[in-house]
Amino acid sequence: MANSKFEEKLNSGEFIVTSEIGPPKGTDTSELVHHIDLLKEKVDAINVTDHQSSVMRFPSLGGCLLIKERGGEPILQMTCRDRNRLALEADLLFAYSRGITNVLCLTGDSVDVGDHKVAKPVFDLDSVQLIRMIRTMESGKDMAGNDMKGAPKFCIGASVHPEADFIEPQLIKFDKKVAAGAQFFQTQGIFDLGSLQRFMQYASQFNVKILAGIIVLASAGMAKYMTNNVPGIIVPKAMIDELATAEKGKGLQKGIQIAVRFIKTIKDEKLCHGVHIMAVGNEGVVPEILEAAELAGAPR
Amino acid sequence: MIVAEQKPLEEIGRMISPYQRVLIVGCGTCMTVCDAGGEREVAFLDSALRVAQTKSGEGNHTFSQYVLKRQCDPEFIEMLKDKVGEVDVILSLGCGIGVQAIAERYPDTPVLPGVNTSFMGMAKEWGVWDERCAACGECRLEETGGICPITRCTKGILNGPCAGTKNGKCEANKEMDCAWVLIYKRLERLQQLDKMRRYYPPRNFLAIPRPKRIVSKATSNTGESHG
Repeated sequence: MANSKFEEKLNSGEFIVTSEIGPPKGTDTSELVHHIDLLKEKVDAINVTDHQSSVMRFPSLGGCLLIKERGGEPILQMTCRDRNRLALEADLLFAYSRGITNVLCLTGDSVDVGDHKVAKPVFDLDSVQLIRMIRTMESGKDMAGNDMKGAPKFCIGASVHPEADFIEPQLIKFDKKVAAGAQFFQTQGIFDLGSLQRFMQYASQFNVKILAGIIVLASAGMAKYMTNNVPGIIVPKAMIDELATAEKGKGLQKGIQIAVRFIKTIKDEKLCHGVHIMAVGNEGVVPEILEAAELAGAPR
Repeated sequence: MIVAEQKPLEEIGRMISPYQRVLIVGCGTCMTVCDAGGEREVAFLDSALRVAQTKSGEGNHTFSQYVLKRQCDPEFIEMLKDKVGEVDVILSLGCGIGVQAIAERYPDTPVLPGVNTSFMGMAKEWGVWDERCAACGECRLEETGGICPITRCTKGILNGPCAGTKNGKCEANKEMDCAWVLIYKRLERLQQLDKMRRYYPPRNFLAIPRPKRIVSKATSNTGESHG
């Protein structure tokens, strides 16, 4: 039996669409709620980021609870940056008790890239160990080997970086995540479909679902900024040039066009099992992208 | 060796301000090698503090200096015995261990740290030191081609690189090599990539109880004790 609605969808063989929302810095959740309502019936699941880029925000767990309350399907993003194993286990127990049963296991960005640069980085576990920890908890034991009263069950995802400029060590890490029990992968941003195809030639040997990460770029400037400042991201020059052809103030429209083109190609040519749309601050445009990519059909 | 940097002169000036007679104590081992607190630095600091006092016209400090062969060893610390009674404060240019070792031996005299102890490392080139060991208590260099992921990866992760590595550098610092890229290349060269493919479980932090004590096997076998 599937552990979540999303897991059912993963196993259905249908094209999968997920998206993500960055929670607010502060207690005003009105925009977050607005974005949840905008997306909850249009995508298969919504990630809530966990202090993305190490910038302190409303927690992923809180955002996932809101999604749950409003009838959506949440994916809890869980990084190892801020919590040791006790805190990670406790948060997962709580998440499960509230019906949050999809979890994306990440190492987490370095504290140095964020807005609390002097904070203590935790990294008691890494992403592979986190996946294993959850599988251990599912067996009814905590990480110290103690029996628990009531065990959780999760649908576990992880991240992979098909466009890394040095792919071999990333593939070793990917193998370890699969072996640890990851069921689905949301990739880092894909800006070159060739690299996705090459990655899928490798990944298709494993029984896991791959969702291509689509970052909606809002301007050539944003693409350059992300290349220089966001861990791992390298937007190719061809794409920056294409964004630069947009008239002043129309960068986002161009970014949407590119995203739609990528999503349609991925779906039509069956390059992988689905897409994960990251609109980074422009979550409101995701329905328009889905419409244009002809993915806004049947209610989810 | 232990690597440190001397504290800024202003900070040292603030620390010594309540005291009149200051004994500056250098260390002849690591602090000498890393140019933070050897004989030369003790002499420079002594002059710099005198000049600062004259220029500002504030304070009536008198300074004396001494360099111990090692500040972390009771045998050498004993050599301060006759000097301690004649000063109001000791300004140690030893590492954090030296400061505490002197403070333990001379409980009635305040001991101030003159350096910021930074890491355990090696000389990379003249005047450049790089951190190499985090003293984790469970050395795993056999598994990682002689490159320490706990020290050299900013996240200290054990199962391969994060996705933040770019151009072989770390997401936290574009000047810093990604430890896992180094490990991969080294293991590939040694034809030992299978070591990177293994799963490594979470670290055992019980291996580094703080504070920690090691008793020399040679000493314990002969029944001697540092009691």
